[in-house]
Amino acid sequence: MSDSQGPIWEVFVQKKPGQPFVHCGSLHAFDKEMALQNARDLYTRRSEGTALWVVPSSAIVSSSPEDLGPFFEPANDKVYRHPTFYQIPEGVKHI
Amino acid sequence: MKNHDKYHLIFAYESRIFVAMENANTNPKMEEWFDAKLQKNEMVEPKDWMPDNYRKHLIRQISQHAHSEIVGMLPEGNWITRAPSLRAKIVLLAKVQDEGGHGLYLYTAAETLGVSRDELLDALHTGKAKYSSIFNYPTLTWADIGAVGWLVDGAAIMNQVMLQRTSYGPYARAMVRICKEESFHQRQGYESICHLAFGTEEQKQMAQDALNRWWWPTLMMFGPTDANSPNSANAIKWKIKRESNDQLRQRFINQTIPQIEYLGLTVPDPDLKWNEEKNGYDFGTPNWDEFMAVISGNGPCNKERLKARVDAHKGGEWVRAAAKAHADKKREMEFAA
Amino acid sequence: MFDLLVPVQPEISNNQPEIIMNKQEALFNYTLRLADNSLILSQRLSEWTGHGPFLEEDLALTNIALDILGQSKSLLEYAAQVEGKGRTEDDLAFLRGEREFYNTLLVEQPNGDYAKTIARQCFMDAFDYYFYSELSNSKDATLAGIAAKSVKEITYHLRHTSSWMVRFGDGTEESHTRLQNAIDELWRYTGELFEMTEADEILLKEGIAVDLNAVKVKWEKHIAEVLETAKVQAPENKYMQRGSREGKHTEYLGYILAEMQYLPRAIPNAKW
Repeated sequence: MSDSQGPIWEVFVQKKPGQPFVHCGSLHAFDKEMALQNARDLYTRRSEGTALWVVPSSAIVSSSPEDLGPFFEPANDKVYRHPTFYQIPEGVKHI
Repeated sequence: MKNHDKYHLIFAYESRIFVAMENANTNPKMEEWFDAKLQKNEMVEPKDWMPDNYRKHLIRQISQHAHSEIVGMLPEGNWITRAPSLRAKIVLLAKVQDEGGHGLYLYTAAETLGVSRDELLDALHTGKAKYSSIFNYPTLTWADIGAVGWLVDGAAIMNQVMLQRTSYGPYARAMVRICKEESFHQRQGYESICHLAFGTEEQKQMAQDALNRWWWPTLMMFGPTDANSPNSANAIKWKIKRESNDQLRQRFINQTIPQIEYLGLTVPDPDLKWNEEKNGYDFGTPNWDEFMAVISGNGPCNKERLKARVDAHKGGEWVRAAAKAHADKKREMEFAA
Repeated sequence: MFDLLVPVQPEISNNQPEIIMNKQEALFNYTLRLADNSLILSQRLSEWTGHGPFLEEDLALTNIALDILGQSKSLLEYAAQVEGKGRTEDDLAFLRGEREFYNTLLVEQPNGDYAKTIARQCFMDAFDYYFYSELSNSKDATLAGIAAKSVKEITYHLRHTSSWMVRFGDGTEESHTRLQNAIDELWRYTGELFEMTEADEILLKEGIAVDLNAVKVKWEKHIAEVLETAKVQAPENKYMQRGSREGKHTEYLGYILAEMQYLPRAIPNAKW
């Protein structure tokens, strides 16, 4: 939603190099540079991160609650995608 | 819930989604689903179906909370340039900045409910939206800064800790972050009051005077008694609030009295006494007429606080317009390139 | 510290302590000047806290105020240590009078509108950026340490204020006019930034101080670039105000100190 405060951006912080970027909140900013700077001033005041992403909220596509069943439940019975599904003879190592 | 139940509800939801959109207010089936969700302590997320009244209640509560943080910057900000030591100045500046940050987290949480920040600010500036009436009291001396940190933030934290488990996801997540950051606020307030209470005679008097003026308004922060709190019942039913005003107030008093005793200051309540039976303090009745007066705009600083916010917003209009104009120009150039 | 400005009193004993004294006095004065710049500027910036043009920017500016207040505290601690007379950093901040402050005239100028605040800040950020970058090579380990830490903060400040200069200059007609007015008003306080005093000369020889002439070249280049991108201009009138190096200020400083210092002066010997 864009208003006199500028569009909304979503902020993702990477805690340490190598770790995933995690959503930590939103803010308003008028341009990319401002969004990045505001994210730094808002969400890393207490050394919460070492890298930042900012993404316009409008660019995010999300699933809907009604997708819960069709999207995610079919995965529940696909146990063969998990390593524990398979039996390895005792004594065999490094597998 | 078993899987097939969940499917059932989701299909029920899908088949009713259009009905729900048109007539969200009265949809017993969906409300049943929603109540069941809350019963299981599941979080509600922005895209979930929710009763209109739940949404309205949340927008009202979260935005009031946000406004309180922003207006709350003013009485404390009042002393930044007069803080009596470099350390005190740094701490106060950081604290007031935190309040601003908290306001911002909350505004963005409210915005997930389909309301814009402009609308929220407009409601504040036109007096339609309320904020915590505690901030309509003036900070007259430096001791008030300690008292605000210690008592007002202390009272606020009781509420906020509870709200970390509130049923609306974005609100709960904002509160987790806020509580983490708030943890230093109350401590610095008490530290500051300690310097005064154990300082010169003049400082000690300052501390007592601040306690006298802030004690009752702080107790009123928890809101009217449960018997007189019109919105509390729904808030508890919807698990937005998890403890009642009276419960929180009692707990605050129980934990604060020993802190006052340690300072050697006097609680300005002649009726205060320990009640062994309820394992808590009995206390006098706050002046609810004063509470109503402050809430309805007649507190000592209501006009000044609102004016400061309106002035800042209006004064910033050309700044925001410039930022927007420049961003538009840059975007056009990017497209052209 | 006024000894620096009048002929040094002849000492009866050997002249060795006199030179050491001189260097110490110079270092005290020099450090104090840097500390005062940051202290007074952060005092001005913090007037905005809670009143910023929008919430995000309110917090950003407060961050800058906090950074430079922290710098000032470190510098004042060091100045107190260099002086060695038992004064604390708080004594130096709260118990010195108007003529004992050495901050540059620019930082004590009122906030005005947001364009003026940003222009003042950008001028100072650019100066501090090049100044502290150099000072981080100082032979004085403490100053070098403070400078190295500060320069990271200032790099960010300069980026922030430079982008605002461009937004204002190349934003709306109103913002352009406001920025141009701010520059016209503040320009006359920028010359003094590069004025070298006896303290500078003494410490420059020791490898402690920074050559301000070199900073000036870099500052002028950066600011010229910012002004050009922002489509605004430096004023025709190049006359520069001066005086702060001798503790002679604009009338604003007295009010800043009256507000900042009243409490520790009202209740002396109190702990806060």
